[in-house]
Amino acid sequence: MGAAPASRDVTSYGMGLAAPLALFFLIFFVAPLLQLLWLSLHNDTAGLHWGLGQYLHFLTDPFSLSVLGSTLLLGAEVTAVCLALGFPIAWLYQRVGPKLQTIIILIVLLPLLTSVVVRTFAWIVILGRQGIINATLQSLGIIDTPLKLLYTQFGVVIALAQVQMPLMTLPLITALGRIDPNLDDASCSLGAGSWRTFFRIVLPLSLPGVIAGCTLTYAAAITAFITQSLIGGGQMLFMPMYLYQQASTLQNWPFASAISIIFLLAVLAVVSVFTTLGRLSRGYGGA
Amino acid sequence: MVEAQGGRSLVVDAVTHRYPSGALAVENINLDIKGGEIIALLGPSGCGKTTLLRIIAGFIAQSQGRIIIGDDIVDALPPNRRAVGIVFQNYALFPHLSISENVGYGLAARGIDKATRQREAQRLLELVQLPAMAERLPRQLSGGQQQRVALARALAIKPSILLLDEPFAALDKNLRLDMQIEIKRLQRVSGITTLIVTHDQEEALSMADRVAVLSHGKLEQFGTPSDIYDRPQTLFVNTFVGSTNRMPGVVVSADRTAAKVRLDAGAEIIARPAAASLAEGGRVTVCIRPEHLQFVADETGFAGVVGMSLPLGATVVHEITTADGSGVKISQARIGATHALESGAAVRLAPLAPSLANAFPATL
Repeated sequence: MGAAPASRDVTSYGMGLAAPLALFFLIFFVAPLLQLLWLSLHNDTAGLHWGLGQYLHFLTDPFSLSVLGSTLLLGAEVTAVCLALGFPIAWLYQRVGPKLQTIIILIVLLPLLTSVVVRTFAWIVILGRQGIINATLQSLGIIDTPLKLLYTQFGVVIALAQVQMPLMTLPLITALGRIDPNLDDASCSLGAGSWRTFFRIVLPLSLPGVIAGCTLTYAAAITAFITQSLIGGGQMLFMPMYLYQQASTLQNWPFASAISIIFLLAVLAVVSVFTTLGRLSRGYGGA
Repeated sequence: MVEAQGGRSLVVDAVTHRYPSGALAVENINLDIKGGEIIALLGPSGCGKTTLLRIIAGFIAQSQGRIIIGDDIVDALPPNRRAVGIVFQNYALFPHLSISENVGYGLAARGIDKATRQREAQRLLELVQLPAMAERLPRQLSGGQQQRVALARALAIKPSILLLDEPFAALDKNLRLDMQIEIKRLQRVSGITTLIVTHDQEEALSMADRVAVLSHGKLEQFGTPSDIYDRPQTLFVNTFVGSTNRMPGVVVSADRTAAKVRLDAGAEIIARPAAASLAEGGRVTVCIRPEHLQFVADETGFAGVVGMSLPLGATVVHEITTADGSGVKISQARIGATHALESGAAVRLAPLAPSLANAFPATL
């Protein structure tokens, strides 16, 4: 960001323009984070004794670890479902006419236009004992007793996948749209079939979008407090709810802070794995 | 049919293609291309030349007609089984694969092992004079180098036909000439039947053994570059290829080889009838290229007044206003300052030879 007046690059701007946002983040993000870290380093709720006791407690407690594990697993499942369903949609989007494109983008964006709470309640209506799925299956005589869909891992994954789908589909659409359509033709004319073209050309070149989509979906899925709690119900405990219980119900702020920090590090670890995977592939940053 | 080494013949047999909307993209195109020939498909944008290229490659299934490569009707074959090599206008190199992997891609699709692939890629890169680039990525190469790689990649599959889609459009002028020479050299070496799609007439005339001129989806003329330039069959070919003066007139008398035309500009000249027969008394357009006109001292030819003279380096172009008020351009080799004409001078012009003036039935 050199401000050499002789040859001023019109595309570079002074860092000063970023200062308001930087200040905002400093006050409302960095400062609370540091406070959180400070809190977590106390062994008692009163905040008198320094120590790593909260971390030791979490890392030696099988229950806490299982909550962390199931949350990370939930994120992986939701991401996998979103990728499996979102990639074909994004791929289709790049190959249909403008009219269908409008319809697809509307369907993709529609979830974003309603609040998460509303969408989640819609899923309760769909998945419940007397819900749409069970009612339909029963009236068709396929099942006698209602299936347990609500308050299950399956229900949470399906609902979260729908709620987070735009986060996967939009980066994928962008990434696939950046691929020169001539590459498809080139690959084909060189004798490659559709599968080879997909795995050797389309998939590697769309990796930046896959990474971005997976990172966003994963981060959103494991922190989705509302959907997790409403669809998961009382029987399923994930990190956001665990954290909330410790902080609000039990007033154990140091332990809640430690949970936050551990959760944050776990998320960062997973995200950096995604990013590293992307860097390893040569398609990253190319084209 | 005698074929050069590796070159297979290509027949485009009465190919018509309609868009889903019903509009005609190409209409009844017939091309009979011998093995080893270089053919240019020349036409303005939207004339259907790219559609025809995509039909030959197999990306578009034509509505009617057949494509025959060698002895095989290939209409039922998808692009990946036609063994047609294509060099795309933007080269379409795979950005995430090394140059060597790009060149070897077609061989990999054929299940050829890696060692053989690399050896073959290296051989082809030497052929296109880029032996040291194997490990680089496409974006690290210049435009001309990328095109050589695209060419090597297309040649690697030993295609029966090589298609080049506007191959020189993205190159600057000097590089363009180098690449034209390079492609012609490679074509000679490999003897591969080559089809170049272009809107650049100079490129078509200089590179191709024969040129097919297309307009609005129809084949206007298919002939050697000198046929196209000197003996155009249609007014479109005459005006699209090279520059020309269009002079309206009336047929005084005509037979199959010569027509006497009274020009509106005020002279009777002998012209070559481009259509089989011109009706006596019918209106025609006579096309005479600027370099095929000369100043005459006697009373032949038509009169005019010098307007502007443009020295264009090797030639000088004079703009002459004729008696009927239309403008005519004459181009002359620049020989000293003697040809400088004063604005307003009265001159008389005539074609160099009757065969260099082409008469077409006037279209309304």
